[in-house]
Amino acid sequence: MIRTENLTKFYGEIRAVYRLNMEVPEGTILGFLGPNGAGKTTTMRMLTGYTTPSFGKAEIVGIEIQKEPIKAKRLIGYLPEVPPLYPELKVRSFLEFVGQVKGLRGKELKNRIEEVVEKTGLEKVADRLIRNISKGYRQRVGIAQAILADPKVLILDEPTIGLDPKEIVEIRQLIKSLAGKRTVILSTHILQEVTSICDTIAIINEGRLIEFGKIEEIEKKYGSASLEEIYISAISKEVKA
Amino acid sequence: MRNVWAIVKKELKIYFSSPTAYIISALFVLITGFMFYVMVSNFSILSVQAGNNPYFSSRLNLNQYVYSPFFSNAAIILLLLLPVLTMRLFAEEKRQHTDELLFTLPLTNTQIILGKYIASLVVLLVMIVATVPYAFYPFFLTKPELAPVLTGYLGIFLLGAAFIAFGLFASSLTENQIVAAVFSFGILLLLWLIYWLTYVSSFLKGFLKYISFFSHFDNLARGVVDTSDLVFYISFAFVGLFLTYAILEVRRWWR
Repeated sequence: MIRTENLTKFYGEIRAVYRLNMEVPEGTILGFLGPNGAGKTTTMRMLTGYTTPSFGKAEIVGIEIQKEPIKAKRLIGYLPEVPPLYPELKVRSFLEFVGQVKGLRGKELKNRIEEVVEKTGLEKVADRLIRNISKGYRQRVGIAQAILADPKVLILDEPTIGLDPKEIVEIRQLIKSLAGKRTVILSTHILQEVTSICDTIAIINEGRLIEFGKIEEIEKKYGSASLEEIYISAISKEVKA
Repeated sequence: MRNVWAIVKKELKIYFSSPTAYIISALFVLITGFMFYVMVSNFSILSVQAGNNPYFSSRLNLNQYVYSPFFSNAAIILLLLLPVLTMRLFAEEKRQHTDELLFTLPLTNTQIILGKYIASLVVLLVMIVATVPYAFYPFFLTKPELAPVLTGYLGIFLLGAAFIAFGLFASSLTENQIVAAVFSFGILLLLWLIYWLTYVSSFLKGFLKYISFFSHFDNLARGVVDTSDLVFYISFAFVGLFLTYAILEVRRWWR
């Protein structure tokens, strides 16, 4: 479960995220929508503890990330917008590093690496340097490190960007299969992705949360409009100060 | 501790999977080896010339004429090379966006800093140990004093450890490796030379002498172990690491 309370981030005068309140129940797959620069990435960075909010708080499974960062970070798998990979390392040793830091040891670590390598289809490149693998594979390594330690909360910033259509379908299926007990937040510009994987959506614009709720409920609210129409009308609403 | 170790391993893998660490170590051994060769050769010429002058030849001493200047020169080479070794530590994480992983993993800033610091110390140790084969060669031919040689080694290690801590700090300031290297080299050079001021003015004489790398290194190179010199290097390293820590903490608000 993820909960935010008045989560706010200013960069100088610029208001990136303002008083964001949401409660994402366990097992939800939340599609995080909004135009470029709306504050999606900043929100995710605050949820993962990368950035400190200007004020407000974020809780991951009841643990406040600002107060107990290490405890909260253990529960999170995070794929940032740009997959954070060390080009000088081999795929497998990169995953070893992430696994060790996340508390996996010895046999367990080995088994988990094999498992995620298989799940994300990395068998062919597992022993190659990250520098030498294609963009699609890099994205998959990014996803592999996020799911490696079986996190309770998975935060994915545009997980299917830069993938070919076949890879997109595979990754979507993977994300779907990961749900269940986990809570997943994924940001995307592809609305079709939201309808195919998510059960809940949040629409954010100019740092404010405009819509939040189960897809069916929101569709009802907008008179059974399509997601495109809902999105357009939501982000063209006047944003209240 | 395991987390620190995981970072040490990762950093060492990166160091030794790119040419940087090899080139820096090789250059260090090559240049210091060259200097050592010239000094030893010069010493042997001097010895021959002094052969018929008993007073002069009794004053000739390998430690004073070879080892002491050798360590001073090695220290200068470290000043040139170590900023290049440390420049990527944080700058490159930022540029490659891997900092977004590093700072969202369950790691404390202290663990991250220590891991990176220890990894660089390991490279420094490799560099220094690689000079042992030639630096100890004269021991097979004659009988220099061992103690001053060991304190010289201790001296360059401590000096290098201080340089690395400062380089780590410089790297945390920017995402541009060149800026990090130039900044740490410039400041370290200034701190090295700042005792020059004491020649022309008595203003803050004691203080300037204290913060200058040079005056502290001189003792160790001559084989004099003064606790205050050791304390100086260790506190300098500590200040460097602490400043890095402060930068990482402040950065959390600004990224």
